[in-house]
Amino acid sequence: MKKLALTAVLTVLVGLVAISVANTAEQAKETYKIGVVLDITGPASSLGEPEKQTLGMLAEELNAKGGINGHLIEMILYDNEGDEAKSLIKAKKLIEQDKVLALIGTSQSGTTMAIVPTVTAAQIPLVSCAASWKIIRDPETKKTREWVFKTPQSDSLAVTKIFDYLQKKGVKKIAIMSVSTGYGDSGRAELQRLAPNYKFEIVADERFAPTDTDMSAQLTKIKGSGAEAVICWAIRDPSAVVAKNMKQLGMKQMLIMSHGVATKKFIELAGDASEGIILPAGKLIVADLLPATDPQKKVLIDYRNKFEAKYKTPVSTFGGHAYDAFTMLTDAIKKAGPDQKKIRDELEKVKGFPGTGGIFNMGPDDHEGLTKDAFMMVTIKNGNWELVK
Amino acid sequence: MKRDWGIWLLLCAVVFGMPLFIRSPYYYSILIFIAIYGIVVLGLTLLMGYAGQVSLGHAGFFGLGAYFSAILTVHLHLNPWPAMGIALIATVLVAFILGIPTLRLRGHYLAIATLGLGVVLQIIFKEELELTGGPSGMGGIPYFHLSSITFSNDRKYYFLCWIFLIILYGLSINLVHSRIGRALRSISQNQTAAGSLGINVSWFKLLMFGLSAGYASLAGSLYAHYLTFVNPSPFGFMASVKFMAMVVIGGSSSLWGALLGTALLTSLPEFLAVLEDYEMLVFGAILILVMMFAPKGLAGIFSWIYQTIRNKVKKQDAPAG
Repeated sequence: MKKLALTAVLTVLVGLVAISVANTAEQAKETYKIGVVLDITGPASSLGEPEKQTLGMLAEELNAKGGINGHLIEMILYDNEGDEAKSLIKAKKLIEQDKVLALIGTSQSGTTMAIVPTVTAAQIPLVSCAASWKIIRDPETKKTREWVFKTPQSDSLAVTKIFDYLQKKGVKKIAIMSVSTGYGDSGRAELQRLAPNYKFEIVADERFAPTDTDMSAQLTKIKGSGAEAVICWAIRDPSAVVAKNMKQLGMKQMLIMSHGVATKKFIELAGDASEGIILPAGKLIVADLLPATDPQKKVLIDYRNKFEAKYKTPVSTFGGHAYDAFTMLTDAIKKAGPDQKKIRDELEKVKGFPGTGGIFNMGPDDHEGLTKDAFMMVTIKNGNWELVK
Repeated sequence: MKRDWGIWLLLCAVVFGMPLFIRSPYYYSILIFIAIYGIVVLGLTLLMGYAGQVSLGHAGFFGLGAYFSAILTVHLHLNPWPAMGIALIATVLVAFILGIPTLRLRGHYLAIATLGLGVVLQIIFKEELELTGGPSGMGGIPYFHLSSITFSNDRKYYFLCWIFLIILYGLSINLVHSRIGRALRSISQNQTAAGSLGINVSWFKLLMFGLSAGYASLAGSLYAHYLTFVNPSPFGFMASVKFMAMVVIGGSSSLWGALLGTALLTSLPEFLAVLEDYEMLVFGAILILVMMFAPKGLAGIFSWIYQTIRNKVKKQDAPAG
């Protein structure tokens, strides 16, 4: 009995000592909290999952190196299930309960838009992994939103890249095929907006639903429209249908796709029909083909190798967006310390940062920081990517 | 009847007492969504539980309210209050027009027709680019304001939403215990028999359809002016299913059960968040258990507990007195 009491007392003592040691260590350098909201489950899980994996990997790595200026980082991650209301609730939780320094997320434009007013009111820097320009710029007043940044390339950059290419090829008449989702509509709007600058004539403008399994009707119309190039703006699966249908209809027009199909899976889905398709793509998928002088090459290959070694799945551009967001944000915290206003200022000062999405040069009126050079024109040859010369 | 008003008073007390205990906008935001969804679910309970008609399209009416409010305030710069009223009238009108042919159907056919209706409404939100902003949605929706008060913070918005809910809940209790309520219950039991008793079955069905659409529209307006942003994805088929699940879990023939179901389904994922990856699994298990062992929903469970306790107390009292 005595023995038991003694052991109990000893255990408690050791425990207390351990706790106090841990406490003093913590007191010396308090952790920096970064909040993350992503669309991990739900309709956009193919975006949220690699983003979550990337952030997990990077946070682990940073803490193994001793964190930011000796402060370990604590990443608090929530899933919004692709739902706007949940996105808002989670963002409020991160800001009010968890008292985070800054936010990363979300994966889709809609779920990001739902939290933009909240982060603005709370004055918390947000780096979004969603693409729409409306996230960083108020569509009514055209003013840059003070507290919101984003890492994915805007659609206007991809459109500019495509139009530059078509102009070089001497194309005059184009046809648009777009999917009726936020992604498709945003691309379509940019194509329509920028076409007059290049004196292109849009001879056909067709839309289709993301779950459609046959686009022959729309393509038949385009076939008779005299278009020299078809620009298809959609995500992976319906784009593959468009490619197949065009081949079946024996259409000889040049087929241009958006960066939304820049995954190996697309080539698998479209099979033979993918041969010769031209698209603007972020440099991640063609990292090996880049010249050694490209400042992004090292970043891209490093990220890809680490990611694929850890998770045994191929990298995707979406994970890349999270990589850029995390790296820029932690760099900003390193320079600014735990002060939200200063972190925001530092994010705005990012210059010449080689990320996976391009070389970022932020500014007070540019919270995206990319140019059309973030894209490369690539084509598909023998089931593989190839740079367009 | 007495019990219903008792619960109503209790709810009032809880709503106005709650702010004494909570401070964080995070909890307020959950409570706000419970109120918003609760309003939709109240209407749906009247339609499903009392009139016995299934609707798988109510997220569409919810969206219609939100979009009418958004369009009227953003494009036409209307004050949010009249916009909410116009949205309400317009949505009820749409529901009446669509309800006339739809409500001739019964059972599964009605379910399918309302499902289609919801899907069509969502397609309209997606396709009318000029008006709705298409799939990427529209932002910049103003907050509600009353003279100098702007309903921009969560605490104020909490009161606004819950006052709406309390009023609508009171109206619903009144309705259920009126002549209309009795007529509705007879319809849900047997349409033919109700008709033979001189009840205008199709008119009452249409009335409830319109009324529940009106509830959904008000909730939609409250949603739009809280997020200040609308896009089509929260108004799809899955949302309709979610609303129906709230009705069924709560207990479809009980108004307060509906609120309980809404509160549970909205807040449970927050409490389960500590379980991380297993959250969905536990959530699913709870739903299945309720469906299997409590077909009358949470309201049924609580009524049963209440009855059992009362019986026990009576038994104990009997020998003594």
